[in-house]
Amino acid sequence: MKALSEFKKALIISLWFMLLTFPIMVIRVNTIEKVVEWRWRNMAFIGIGSFLLSFVWRYLLGRKEKGRKLAEAGSVEARPFSRRLLDEPRIYRPALAAVTLFAVAFPFLFSSYQTNIMTTALMYVMLGLGLNIVVGLAGLLDLGYVAFYAVGAYSYALLNHHFGLGFWAILPVGALLGVLFGILLGFPVLRLRGDYLAIVTLGFGEIIRLILENWNEFSFGPSGIANIPRPGLFGIQMSLNEATIYLYFLMIALCLFTIFVVNRLQDSRIGRAWIALREDEVACQAMGIDKTKTKLTAFALGATWAGMVGVIFAAKTTFINPASFTFLESAMILSIVVLGGMGSIIGVILGAFILILTPEYLRAFSNYRMLLFGTTMVLMMVFRPQGIVTNVRRIYKFRARGRDGEPSQA
Amino acid sequence: MDSVLEVNGTTMDFGGLRALHAVDLQVRQGEIVALIGPNGAGKTTFFNCVTGIYDPTEGDIFISPPGGKRRRINGIKINRAAELGMARTFQNVRLFPNMTVLENVMIGRHCRAKAGVLGAIFRGWDTRREEQEIVDHSYEILVKIGLADQVDELAKNLPYGAQRRLEIARAMATEPFLLLLDEPAAGMNPRETEALEELIVQIRDEEKISILMIEHDMKIVMSISDRIFVLDYGEKIAEGTPAEIRENPVVIKAYLGEDVNA
Repeated sequence: MKALSEFKKALIISLWFMLLTFPIMVIRVNTIEKVVEWRWRNMAFIGIGSFLLSFVWRYLLGRKEKGRKLAEAGSVEARPFSRRLLDEPRIYRPALAAVTLFAVAFPFLFSSYQTNIMTTALMYVMLGLGLNIVVGLAGLLDLGYVAFYAVGAYSYALLNHHFGLGFWAILPVGALLGVLFGILLGFPVLRLRGDYLAIVTLGFGEIIRLILENWNEFSFGPSGIANIPRPGLFGIQMSLNEATIYLYFLMIALCLFTIFVVNRLQDSRIGRAWIALREDEVACQAMGIDKTKTKLTAFALGATWAGMVGVIFAAKTTFINPASFTFLESAMILSIVVLGGMGSIIGVILGAFILILTPEYLRAFSNYRMLLFGTTMVLMMVFRPQGIVTNVRRIYKFRARGRDGEPSQA
Repeated sequence: MDSVLEVNGTTMDFGGLRALHAVDLQVRQGEIVALIGPNGAGKTTFFNCVTGIYDPTEGDIFISPPGGKRRRINGIKINRAAELGMARTFQNVRLFPNMTVLENVMIGRHCRAKAGVLGAIFRGWDTRREEQEIVDHSYEILVKIGLADQVDELAKNLPYGAQRRLEIARAMATEPFLLLLDEPAAGMNPRETEALEELIVQIRDEEKISILMIEHDMKIVMSISDRIFVLDYGEKIAEGTPAEIRENPVVIKAYLGEDVNA
């Protein structure tokens, strides 16, 4: 009975589409011979195509609905499939080894063009992990994250230009400036949440970009700063290819560092306070958590990574101008976090790779790549709004429990 | 008398609306005090004044924690109120829905721990020990409250009665001397209410925590409170023991209306 009604709905949709596309797909006026061509065959294609598509669409939606009902009834195991895969040592150990091997061998197997793309992707992993603290954990929608990225990049470019400071000296400075600007943004938005917060942070991002664009004496305006030196290694001279490889490994190391720190933060008293703040602001304060402090640490620790990646970005491209720090960039980083799964480190890493690498490798489809990209995003949001990998709460061990995490009594 | 909470002449105005008018109230050490009154009488507003959510327009609120100094707490920050030892629950359950039961209680331990950002990153042994202390202590509270077998459940998946109990557990984790319960029995079935009654008495007797509760369920109010305060239209209209309140004509009038010939 249900199948029949689904069939009917799909049929109606296909008829509707046939009607809608009738003028453009069927009728063609041949202006040379002054006749009207009726291409009925196109109509048939549209009809069959839209019928099949809507049928598949409804089938998938129905399955999703069923899955949710089952989960609510508690008959499905609470841990999602992806998490079960990650928890199984027989699967994740070889997978981890394979990924490590691949990551190490990558620059030697592929061209420096590919290595460059990978380095960019790794930069976005770091940015995503940073924004994940603010958006995913603390639940503060920040649309101006790119501002911190710009701060980092310009701090390297300018300090190098004026004082000749090197990459390694500036990397921590970039991080510190990120913290400083994070707090600077944090203060005025302490009382805001939701949409209001999003708008103010969006404004903050634009302010930084506009300052960089218009304050010529300070930032050299739209023409940007060129000839920024690449990161050095004890003064060794490197060819362009070697420098690319070096930067790639540097980025891998920094990513590992970020993952380590963010993971520790997430599993700490501070991380829990962030999540509590996201879940319920008033209850969280009533339990003795200082809202001001918690929000500011989230902004500051989120911005740190953007500041560092900014320094690397300037060193990688050797030229920066304000055009690299538009709102689109913030939106991209936010998409990484949302697509990957808010609050989940593995999710954000996957999200960054998918969102940065897909457009690159879809270049073969040239005109359609953005269309494909958009479709993927829409499908993702319909069928997995919680992101690729959902964040699963940790199971704690305590005295009454054995080593395996199961209660020893009861 | 050794009052742990002393509220003198507290008035709260919202623009032209006077939600509380010169309310006095005291909670003594080891007492269960109930605050009752018809809907809109200002009971929750009173709670919000005491716990720092609102800053009262007039009047003084003092606390004297057992073994601590007496101090005025008008308009302190909400989190300070919890640090000083006043923990509350909410009328509409306000848990952290996507955290586990245990984590909800662990949040209550937050203000009694001190690991900072660097501690979290380096995770030295004092941080580890503190974390383990938080976990163990939280679990103990859950055992007392009777939620020990749902430790790893997400808070949002708990049945309603259990969510209310979890809220109490979370509040207890902050080590309060005064527990403020805002309609703890709302929406509970009679069996759950009975269990709650026992729990509240047990918290008072075993944990030595004084309790101030807003409650509409007269059965629980009359059976466990030591004293009752009645609010109506923002004013305190009566105070006394359950027996006195039951007989008080003003209270009966406020609850049943003018025209009833009782």
